[in-house]
Amino acid sequence: MVHQHFALAPNLTVIENVVAGTEPLWGWRSRRSAARKKLAELSSRFGLAVDPDRLVSELSVGERQRVEILKPLYRDAKILILDEPTAVLTPAESESLFAALKTMAAEGLSLIFISHKLHEVMRSADRVAVLRGGRKIAERRTSETSVDELAELMVGRRVSRPTRTAQEPGAPMLAGRDLGFAKGGRTLVEAASFELRAGEVLGIIGVSGNGQSSLVEMVCGCEAPASGEIAYFGETQATASPRGLVASGVGRVPEDRHAQGAVGELTLWENAVLERLKEPRFRRLGFVRRAEARGFATDVITRFDVRGGGPETPTRLLSGGNMQKMILGRNLASDPRILIAAQPTRGLDEGAVAGVHAEILKARASGMGVLLVSEDLDEVLGLADRVQAMVKGRLSPPVPVEQLDARRLGRMMAGVWDEAA
Amino acid sequence: MRLERRASVPPILYVAAPLAAVMVALAISGALIALAGASVPEAYRRMAIGAFGSRLAITETLTRATPLILTGLAAAVAFRARLWNIGAEGQFYIAALATAALGGAASAGGLLPGPLLIPFLMICGAAVGAMLLLAPLALRLRFGVDEVVVTLLLNFVVLLFVSMMIDGPLRDRMAFGWPQSVRVSPEAALPKLWQGTRLHVGLLVAVAMSVVVWIIQSRTAFGLEAKAAGFNPRAAAFAGVPIPKVLVGVACLSGGLAGLAGAIEVMGVKGYVTTDLSPGFGYAGIVVAMLAALNPIGVVAASLFVAATFVGVDGMSRALKVPSFIADVTVALSLLCVLVALTLVTYRIRR
Repeated sequence: MVHQHFALAPNLTVIENVVAGTEPLWGWRSRRSAARKKLAELSSRFGLAVDPDRLVSELSVGERQRVEILKPLYRDAKILILDEPTAVLTPAESESLFAALKTMAAEGLSLIFISHKLHEVMRSADRVAVLRGGRKIAERRTSETSVDELAELMVGRRVSRPTRTAQEPGAPMLAGRDLGFAKGGRTLVEAASFELRAGEVLGIIGVSGNGQSSLVEMVCGCEAPASGEIAYFGETQATASPRGLVASGVGRVPEDRHAQGAVGELTLWENAVLERLKEPRFRRLGFVRRAEARGFATDVITRFDVRGGGPETPTRLLSGGNMQKMILGRNLASDPRILIAAQPTRGLDEGAVAGVHAEILKARASGMGVLLVSEDLDEVLGLADRVQAMVKGRLSPPVPVEQLDARRLGRMMAGVWDEAA
Repeated sequence: MRLERRASVPPILYVAAPLAAVMVALAISGALIALAGASVPEAYRRMAIGAFGSRLAITETLTRATPLILTGLAAAVAFRARLWNIGAEGQFYIAALATAALGGAASAGGLLPGPLLIPFLMICGAAVGAMLLLAPLALRLRFGVDEVVVTLLLNFVVLLFVSMMIDGPLRDRMAFGWPQSVRVSPEAALPKLWQGTRLHVGLLVAVAMSVVVWIIQSRTAFGLEAKAAGFNPRAAAFAGVPIPKVLVGVACLSGGLAGLAGAIEVMGVKGYVTTDLSPGFGYAGIVVAMLAALNPIGVVAASLFVAATFVGVDGMSRALKVPSFIADVTVALSLLCVLVALTLVTYRIRR
């Protein structure tokens, strides 16, 4: 089993991580030379090159992934289960992973590859089982099916992701100039600049963990930039507070619904107004105006088709897609002029993705500026007007989406953008 | 066998489950009473008589419940916001001492007339209690110091301080050498609710406070923010809840309630401070808050139960020679049973 989130000890070397748990605890000596030989043999056989003596903390994400795969192989696994293995890989790294998987299959191993990215499934698998609502509802050979059919099976109905129409961008809405941010001595964002205009979707793409989270925290008013400045609606704000931003017309969709977007134990209406508790329409003399707050929540629920509960339902009972609709809805219901959407479709099923995409394009059509931070190539290519890649805390220059394809975007995500600009 | 979260909980369960749990706890301590060689029905009959059987018994139970309601509320509001205030005992004592010092006959003589003096001393007690909790909170917010350790240890510091003061500057010279503080002036004594008993108006104040706390928690923006900050600080911060500010507010409320308990106990019951003024009201408040599942109205019921157990067992153990520790055992068992019951309310067991 290879988990989506790595289970490696960063303070141990590669070989120590691989053999940990296979050696007898009370043995007099560890049989490292034999282990080393076996690991080297596995590495070359499956094309999973990695230096056995380096510390895991020094490895790139792609290399860590290889170590994770080598661990079960070293234990002579015959069946390998990979849970969303490409979530943290650049497209190029994914390609080399697929090549390794093919070799393993050719060597007689059985592989189960769990993913929601349809193209990857089509690229790497021989057979596909489609799960929906905890049930296996279909099984196809990849040679006999298509991405569209799989998408339809996943959702249970025909879905087509909405498409973008050409539109002239308007005045600058949101700009970051030379933004820098560091935490715990690590530089997370460095000299990042961008400009978002009205009626435009600016895509920020990057492999997860390259500073996007900190960038979003800064523009959302949760963290103050260490250097540089952010301008909302053309005006620089020294100290932007989350509530000040929300009140001035900035909608914010955080990247982690459960950890940041909503308090699961609170009811839907409480979550709907939590970021607006300072506004007079929901507050009088320190008391919450409950009728107004419930009305607002009901409005969000009906307008954005939030299913699975009413205003009094605890938010944790909603499905991911409906929770996301509630979060989007509470922002869009008051017609903001900027929408910051971080990983808005992460973990959502294909039907919910189409719904979120439609809302984002509708916002764009109404003249909103949308900052879309995403790891999903298709999402960025489908929604954004211009794209900037984020690599190791730095932002590439913006590139119009017309000049981009998946291959070139992949190169940008790997940090190659000088020729792309 | 595993636990699975229930999709929805019928509200009646929130009341029924703690009651059932208390029944189970009483059954278990019944077994212990039998082990001690007493007849179980007789023991419970005597306990009921001891707690409710006469005018004196009832008023004693209510008098005992009064500080418990306040310290229980102190724990409940703090825990709701995940501020782990284990220092209600210290806040109780420091406020009691301040009340005795300020309300002492010498210093208060003619300072304020009685009807004003009482509220003034209550506010002072609350303020002192709040300040004693603000210090550990400041350490947590500034340096990340665990407030559990600091508030807990402060209890002992405060008790030693009190003991020093009542043996020194605040010592009552008329007390034949007993270490006790100066008396509050008679004008500051709380009016009795029932002449000839110890029951005083502090009970009404405590019950009123539980309603006030309930209103704050369920109706105000501050209450909603405190709840959000307790359940999910990250999401609350993202929504712009000023968490340090909210915690300062919660600390003032929590420390203030514990301090109020100390002030009321001094003005209502004894009139002076000794180091056995509180038989652990601060710690029992934590039990009360947990028994009540942090619900401020439930705190009143839980305080009555805990007070009745202690007062009832006093009478029963004298008559039947069952050690009075059975009261502690019963309360502790109830707490364990209620915690299990509340888990079963939110989760169901699947096999």
